[in-house]
Amino acid sequence: MVFNNKLKFCMATALALSACTGGAAPKSASSDSPPPGKGKGFNHDPFPSTYRAYPGVPTAIVHATVYDGEGGRIDDGTVLIADGKVVGVGGADLAVPAGATVIDGKGKWVTPGIIDVHSHLGDYPSPQVKALSDGNEATAPVTAQVWAEHSVWPQDPGFSRALANGGVTTLQILPGSANLFGGRSVTLKNVYARTVQGMKFPGAPYGLKMACGENPKRVYGAKNREPSTRMGNIAVDRQTWMKAIEYKRKWDKYEEKGGDIPSRDVAMDTLMGVLNGEILVHNHCYRADEMGIVLDMAKEFGYHVTAFHHAVEAYKIADLLKANGSCAVVWADWYGFKMESYDGIPENLAILQRAGACAMIHSDDQNGIQRLNQEVAKALASGRRAGIDISDEQAWTWLAINPARALGVADRTGSLKPGKMGDVVLWNGNPFSVYTRPEKVWVDGAMLYDANNPRLRPVSDFELGQPGEGDVK
Amino acid sequence: MKRLLLTAASLIAAPLSAETIAITGGTVAIGDGSQPIGGGTVVIANGRIVSAGAGVAVPAGARVIDATGKWVSPGIVAGVSTLGLMEGYGMDEVNDTTASKSPFSAAIDVSTAINPTGQRVATERSSGITRAFVIPAAGNTMFGGQGAVIDLGADVDPVTKARAFQYVELGEDGASAGGGSRPAAYVLLKTALAAAANPASADFAHKDALITRQDAEALGPVVRGAMPLLVHVERAADIRAVLALKAQYPAIRLVLVGATEGWMIADQIAAARVPVIAAGLLDLPEKFETMAATQSNVGRLTRAGVTVAVSNADISEGPYESYLTQYAGNLVALTKLPGAQGLDWGQALASITSKPAAAIGMDREIGSLRSGRRADVVIWDGDPLELASAPTAIFIDGIAQPMTSRQTRLRDRYLDPVEKNLPKAYER
Repeated sequence: MVFNNKLKFCMATALALSACTGGAAPKSASSDSPPPGKGKGFNHDPFPSTYRAYPGVPTAIVHATVYDGEGGRIDDGTVLIADGKVVGVGGADLAVPAGATVIDGKGKWVTPGIIDVHSHLGDYPSPQVKALSDGNEATAPVTAQVWAEHSVWPQDPGFSRALANGGVTTLQILPGSANLFGGRSVTLKNVYARTVQGMKFPGAPYGLKMACGENPKRVYGAKNREPSTRMGNIAVDRQTWMKAIEYKRKWDKYEEKGGDIPSRDVAMDTLMGVLNGEILVHNHCYRADEMGIVLDMAKEFGYHVTAFHHAVEAYKIADLLKANGSCAVVWADWYGFKMESYDGIPENLAILQRAGACAMIHSDDQNGIQRLNQEVAKALASGRRAGIDISDEQAWTWLAINPARALGVADRTGSLKPGKMGDVVLWNGNPFSVYTRPEKVWVDGAMLYDANNPRLRPVSDFELGQPGEGDVK
Repeated sequence: MKRLLLTAASLIAAPLSAETIAITGGTVAIGDGSQPIGGGTVVIANGRIVSAGAGVAVPAGARVIDATGKWVSPGIVAGVSTLGLMEGYGMDEVNDTTASKSPFSAAIDVSTAINPTGQRVATERSSGITRAFVIPAAGNTMFGGQGAVIDLGADVDPVTKARAFQYVELGEDGASAGGGSRPAAYVLLKTALAAAANPASADFAHKDALITRQDAEALGPVVRGAMPLLVHVERAADIRAVLALKAQYPAIRLVLVGATEGWMIADQIAAARVPVIAAGLLDLPEKFETMAATQSNVGRLTRAGVTVAVSNADISEGPYESYLTQYAGNLVALTKLPGAQGLDWGQALASITSKPAAAIGMDREIGSLRSGRRADVVIWDGDPLELASAPTAIFIDGIAQPMTSRQTRLRDRYLDPVEKNLPKAYER
């Protein structure tokens, strides 16, 4: 009951605020409240980001091989970082500003920070004890009301490994796949903070995690309730979207014309966000046939699937994905670990790329996230052996601009372009070689990892005072 | 002597090829810890390695394979595997790795169930994996049962050595399977070993008997030292407890599996001459018993003189045997990282070839290109530990293997995903 009272209080506050700023809208017949305006009926950002960039120094990395993350490559290149941003990318002739710290990148590579669009760090942290298992609200097939950020433990040691070994600077934390509607995702900068708000990528749109196939039907089938089959999955999906459309209709009416304030529903808020295009759909879906059904369902209810995750059969429908503008988010070579992954092949990414579909890598794994560059290297090599010619710099889009687009943050990160966040990795060799590791990692222009400086290696609260603390990991 | 006889018997069962093959001009990596040799030659005859290295003569009449510009190595040996026992996770109907409802534990013999035609065998073989240790998981007790060494050849006889080792879970998983706590699991382990050492002292017929006669008999070779005992254990304190078993059973041939915190007591493991099959790259405290996990574990243990093999267990979703070369390459990468301890290239390759073989006492039979070993040979289009490299030819027991799998068939069908005059089901 306490929670309900709190909710009412927040609503009243939000309403009062919007009423103050709503202007002179005409009053409706049934209420004194003026219409608040489209999308302003309630606060859409109640847990706002408090992330702040840490200070950096003007830096010039010179004589390095540069992959810009959008398919461009510069040999003997220069990358300039200042005031938290990338301020210049060019060849050896690009002038280095006076006073900048100069780093010799000869024999090394510079890339944008890696973006993992599918992680459960913080929600399924290390150590994996039940007390910290907060990734699946597996109590009902529709839990669109849960938000992954409310489970993220910012002390997960996994964040540091993803930074130091993987060069990961941005990551999306998703709720798990037990449910058809798993809840909201959150996009984080890979910078430790005391609160999850302190890690939230400022202004990143939310995602909605959905799931096809085996997981929901297994979890709820085992509980002898709907859904227990794939057809049950889609039936519950459609019923839920119908409710969401009704919910949206009420709120649209109220926000445009005023009148009685509709009842809030935290789950429906999220689905309405999807229907309004504010929240991006990230749909766990392995099989080609199931993706085909979901694409039709999206048309039926008027939403867009931003990306299919774990799409091991995406290669079978690369043309269909391209035609619908939906991305495929895949592993390099995982296969056969469950029936719906039985047809996984390592050429998946390359076939998608050749077909012109949007494709990218993901980890879904606290170990895999440390080697996403290596996963892309394997996928690229498999494609080349199959006769698909993709350049190294083009393949880096699978780690950078493509996931940035899928997260709706491509205007701010995901490539080395002037004005973008200073999210940069200096690799000690070719990042598609197994013998290469990140040497330095900057996030928003601040150097937050340096292989040569043990002080620039984060140690989470959990690891402090434990065996192995401060060890090279 | 008994082991020798067993080996001879399995030799007869293996498919033999009389063909003499000389692979010339490639960079030859022996797999015994030595560095690769440029322009080397590998000679195979009667399914065995005759010789490998620089200045090796090509025998008259040999089929010559030019490997100029390529690399030649022993086949990769997967130290912890479920190949042949399960097709995939979440598919219980085709999973023979565990038997929690069986009255038996240590007596379970996985060699009776290896399926050489499963999808994963051909897929992993095409990544250069030629042998695997198939390990049953703990079931109704901490004992998984008797594991097998298998080959990944495209034939009907996958078992290289049946009942090659016994497997037991201790530590956290052992606590769970052994009654609910670590001390409970140790009591059960010691009771089982005592019954194995002296079956006459055990009352198998009693209704509260903790171990069946069949399980005790299966553990007989373990206490006599005729069969290695693979013990999965992670925490340094648990490793110390396992090493202490040797005081009571001096003949026991312990092998540690996992040993994520092994680096903390590397000297003790080395002094006990106990080999380790480690996960390789684990660096997260995913369990409280792996709090001190570090990617430097393998390097530090190796430097201390421990025989360390690298397995793909417990690292990712798969686990895929194909990741072994990647893990070994990463251990080389650590040598360039300040403060870290990795492996040099020769040691890294050995950690996935001869070292796993040595861990279970089979390195005279498999795992390297030294003379007399089974001719498990892979020709690669580049450095086998590099991400872009792949096999161009694979021999198991000297027999050339097919390079296709279900995956290559799917790839060929969908290189162009669009359906044409007939459905995709007609393209093959």
